[in-house]
Amino acid sequence: MKKTIYEARIDHIQILDEHGKLDEKLAKDTLSDEDAVFLYEQMSICRWLDEIAFKLQRSGRMGTYPQNKGQEAGPAGAGLALSRFGEKNWLVPCYRENIALFLNGLPMEKILLHWMGDERGNQIPEGVNILPIAIPIGTHPLHAVGIAYAKKYRGEKGVAVSFFGDGATSEGDVHEAMNFASAWKVPAIFFCQNNFWAISVPRALQSGSETIVQKGLAYGHHCVQIDGNDIFASYKVMKEAIDRAIKTGQPTFIEAVTYRLGDHTTADDARRYRDEKEVEAWRKKDPLIRTRKYLESKKLWNDRKQADIEARAKEIVDAVVKRAEGIEKPVFEDIFDYTFATLEGNAELQTQRATRRTTGLGQGPEQEKLRA
Amino acid sequence: MASLTLEPPPATDRKIAFREALREAMSEEMRSDPRIFLMGEEVAQYNGAYKVSQGMLDEFGPKRIIDAPISENGFAGLGIGAAMYGLRPIIEFMSWSFSLVAADQILNNAAKMLYMSGGQWGCPIVFRGNDGAGGQLGSTHSWSVEALYANVPGLKIAIPSNPYDAKGLLKTAIRDEDPVFFLESERMLGDTGLVPAGEYTVPFGQAALRREGDDCTLVSFGRPVNFCLEAADELANEDIHCDVLDMRTIRPLDVDSIVASIQKTGRIVVVDQSWPFAGIASEVIAQVCERCFDYLDHQPVRVTSDDVPTPYAKPLEQAYLPHKGKIVEAVKRVVGVE
Repeated sequence: MKKTIYEARIDHIQILDEHGKLDEKLAKDTLSDEDAVFLYEQMSICRWLDEIAFKLQRSGRMGTYPQNKGQEAGPAGAGLALSRFGEKNWLVPCYRENIALFLNGLPMEKILLHWMGDERGNQIPEGVNILPIAIPIGTHPLHAVGIAYAKKYRGEKGVAVSFFGDGATSEGDVHEAMNFASAWKVPAIFFCQNNFWAISVPRALQSGSETIVQKGLAYGHHCVQIDGNDIFASYKVMKEAIDRAIKTGQPTFIEAVTYRLGDHTTADDARRYRDEKEVEAWRKKDPLIRTRKYLESKKLWNDRKQADIEARAKEIVDAVVKRAEGIEKPVFEDIFDYTFATLEGNAELQTQRATRRTTGLGQGPEQEKLRA
Repeated sequence: MASLTLEPPPATDRKIAFREALREAMSEEMRSDPRIFLMGEEVAQYNGAYKVSQGMLDEFGPKRIIDAPISENGFAGLGIGAAMYGLRPIIEFMSWSFSLVAADQILNNAAKMLYMSGGQWGCPIVFRGNDGAGGQLGSTHSWSVEALYANVPGLKIAIPSNPYDAKGLLKTAIRDEDPVFFLESERMLGDTGLVPAGEYTVPFGQAALRREGDDCTLVSFGRPVNFCLEAADELANEDIHCDVLDMRTIRPLDVDSIVASIQKTGRIVVVDQSWPFAGIASEVIAQVCERCFDYLDHQPVRVTSDDVPTPYAKPLEQAYLPHKGKIVEAVKRVVGVE
């Protein structure tokens, strides 16, 4: 006897193509004209933030920075959907979805502050449902599943979404997170930005799997692949994923196919391992270019508006840089305050803290002044 | 400086086993705090691989007593997320040996989350399970993780030596705002001791003086405390009298009590079931040298496991671990008796 025990089909969704042409049928109930204009403006501001962050790093005013350039559309559409549907959704980010964070209330200067090397960049304002940026690869989807578990435990309605890259899908943590999410039917959503490069390791060498998204099939996820440079597609699939998670408890695995137009981080030079022709081909698929073409074709955008948004982006980012650089310098004592929440009964650390404030770690009174 | 007084016996005549004391701590806390849940391998349907959670599924239901797949890194990380979201997870590792695959989550995430978020995102979570050798489980399943993990700032480590402390320390651990690593011993789960039925806690960072003597300070934590007490009994027959200090928590470590005892005895032997190199015993001695070097009349001595993977064969494993004979010999050496 022989029978088929499992068959699968995975959709790829593209609504706005690289020429700015919209699939009207699929676009139904997704972004309004105002939404599309709004997201284009937000992506433009984020693109400018990227350029300035790069310059800040090169001029020694910031540490390492991972540019988001080219990958704005996926987190933009998904981020907007997350801010609208479900209740009290939580975002659990890595580091290449700035725009999703801003759309969900994270002040822009927090991102700069973080990359300037300040722990306070990860202090999230009250009411903003975002976890600190996770720099280790793939450790945080488990935390998102933990939040989703806690939501179910507490009888809440929203979802917890982790954002990660193609590289993270080679980590065991991500698979354990995917497994728990479906085994326990918690409202977790996995948003994978496949930008084809895990630093210098190309997608083909990372996995023998034909697509990234099919990895979700093994865990019983609803799986969907989208054009990751398409704000309509990312909005649509995230909206549907939220609905699915809340109504059925089935997790969704979204693979957003995109491309990192910049280096991995400012500590990297992608020209050393990437073919310029490949990059050039993807430049033509840039989400900003296609979104602008679309808006212009609908008479929603023109050169004057473009000049306006460019001026506005400069103003906004200038102010953000000022705020990030203007924050009072961190205080040495903070490092002890941040280590434990409670010190009751901890004579050891209390003593340590008391002494280190004046004499520890080679910090004498004369060095104290340097920090003022 | 801490004043040392002998720890009085628990004011009760109720005797229960170590595993029951652990269960009582968890159950009492769970009754009063709905945020607490227990998750781990075999903790629910099977009532715990070592029957620590026996009956808890019946009382608290599957929402709060949760069988996890064999995925230590997974449920450790999931617990961290839940803790950050306001719940109070108790994560059971069947053995701390299995926590090694979860090292990134428990060390790099749980212990650092508060720091890396500028003091904002705490991680109140308890990781607990069996630690240490002695059950003929072979080298991979016989880890004593205390030295390995205690090096990392941001976490607390409790290691009870008896049922009374097991209950009191575990309640403190569950209520703590920071991640707590709670180290039990499979070899002690059946040990019985006096445990009050009612509410009490044992604070972190306070060693218990288990036995008094002027000749030598014996410092230990966890299961080997009991070997120290046996050794102290035997030594007393030869008129050698020891202070036996049960540290109860490794982080925080109550060095004040050790110093107070040394000021009286002038001698110290530290008994540690983990390996000698860069171990907790080494840390204790380093701090003793920093704090009260001038009070020492003999160089400090460590009794640890031997510096090899834990042997599988029974006689070899017993010979490898600290035991009464080794402790007696070490104390005699520092007090100058052959």
